[in-house]
Amino acid sequence: MTKQLLTLRVNGEPRTIAADSHHTLLEVLREELGLTGTKHGCELGECGACTVLVDGVPVLACLTLPALVGDADVTTVEGLANGAGAGAPGREATLHPLQIAFAEEGAAQCGYCTPGMLMTAKALLDTTARPTRAQIASAISGNLCRCTGYTAIYEAIEKAASRA
Amino acid sequence: MLRLPRFRLVEPRSYGEAAQLLAENGAGALDRSKGTPTLRVMLVAGGTDLFPNMKRRQFTPEVLISLARVRDASGIQRNGHLDISAGTTLSAIAHDPGIRERSTALAEAAEVVSTPQLRNMGTIGGNICLDTRCNWYDQSLFWRTAEGFCMKTNPDVVCRVATSSPRCLAVASADTVPALLVLGATVHFEDAEGGRDVALSELYREDGIRPMAMRQDEVLTDITLPEADGWRSTYLKMRDRNSFDFPVAAVAAAVRWDGTRVSEARVAITALGSRPQLVEDAARPLVGTTLDDVTIALAAEAVHKAARPLDNTSGTISQRKRAALVLTERALRSLRPA
Repeated sequence: MTKQLLTLRVNGEPRTIAADSHHTLLEVLREELGLTGTKHGCELGECGACTVLVDGVPVLACLTLPALVGDADVTTVEGLANGAGAGAPGREATLHPLQIAFAEEGAAQCGYCTPGMLMTAKALLDTTARPTRAQIASAISGNLCRCTGYTAIYEAIEKAASRA
Repeated sequence: MLRLPRFRLVEPRSYGEAAQLLAENGAGALDRSKGTPTLRVMLVAGGTDLFPNMKRRQFTPEVLISLARVRDASGIQRNGHLDISAGTTLSAIAHDPGIRERSTALAEAAEVVSTPQLRNMGTIGGNICLDTRCNWYDQSLFWRTAEGFCMKTNPDVVCRVATSSPRCLAVASADTVPALLVLGATVHFEDAEGGRDVALSELYREDGIRPMAMRQDEVLTDITLPEADGWRSTYLKMRDRNSFDFPVAAVAAAVRWDGTRVSEARVAITALGSRPQLVEDAARPLVGTTLDDVTIALAAEAVHKAARPLDNTSGTISQRKRAALVLTERALRSLRPA
């Protein structure tokens, strides 16, 4: 089975890779592009750890074929901080308000679910500037956290929304 | 990494082309070279059901025909009736104001399928074609190999739920199907030669391995719902976690009001057997009534009798039968005039 050349638009930049056609977007992001911020949890669509945005919509990278993403914009947690290449030497990252709020509120313990939570929360705030607690709970209902009990996560999302 | 098995991906631009590809690649043919029989060619829409199944090696097709790039595969049109393209996402259906107002059970069902991310990916066509589920089947390859597989994977093996059963007892688990049943849905299939319409109520059968009377060379393209004037409908489901899971008991109900009396009624159940089904004995007593408590109790009792769950998903048999009764009562009470 041969690899296929694919060009994906990831965090605002075109990235061309040679990938096996049976590899998922999660595998391509982590193994071909080195973007290990997107986590692999259950890999069966049950935990939300691998949530990324495709054209602003939260989807699970573990069940997405990169060939079918086409020229859509893929945003991973690495793309949340302000600007491509942010964080590299000489280019200080400006964290997204959600990242700041998660840090301030201690909305992570082991942190494994955090990238998925952040991406889902970003999609929510992009469409609903001041979500209610019920809307937040509904939006992140596909993201499992086994540490925090969710309260700190709700509060962090509310805090980020209040600063927007 | 839990990787997908290798396959060749093809991306037709039309349903006709997809049907042609199915025929060319031997639709329905089984590959027996991999230990357990598997279909050689399969269709995939959102992939939210098939890809986990492929990762668990429940299916290992050589050729995968993606419907993601089919033109006009997604959309909701109203022309006296409601026409939903099979590739429409469950999120789009859940959020459509017209469906929410006039075909409420469908919006409510679409909204409780799995999680928001999976509803953004999964399609109504995929949900209608959802594979049946079973505690003995939806397990890792390691687990199933140790167990020695079951009838659904290998017809030469017994059903692990009831070893004397002549058929597979896996459970129908699609949320939208009972809703579509009470709304009187028709589905349209295309094959390489043409197309056909089938009433959804004729599509399913009590067989966990082949739960649909759909040929392997056909593609589901559209769902049509008749005008919903005067109808009120709802869908209620019990599951382990309200944010995630497949139903372990679910009821859809629809009634048509003529003044203060019910003129037509339908009740459907799922997750209580291998096929979703309309329960005529529950609907019949409702006609001509005001949905009083006594009538609702009669309908709920009929659902309790029709529900035949087995011990192959979450919950006990008696709990799921009881849930079917209670959900029916709640659903019908909610359909009384405000």
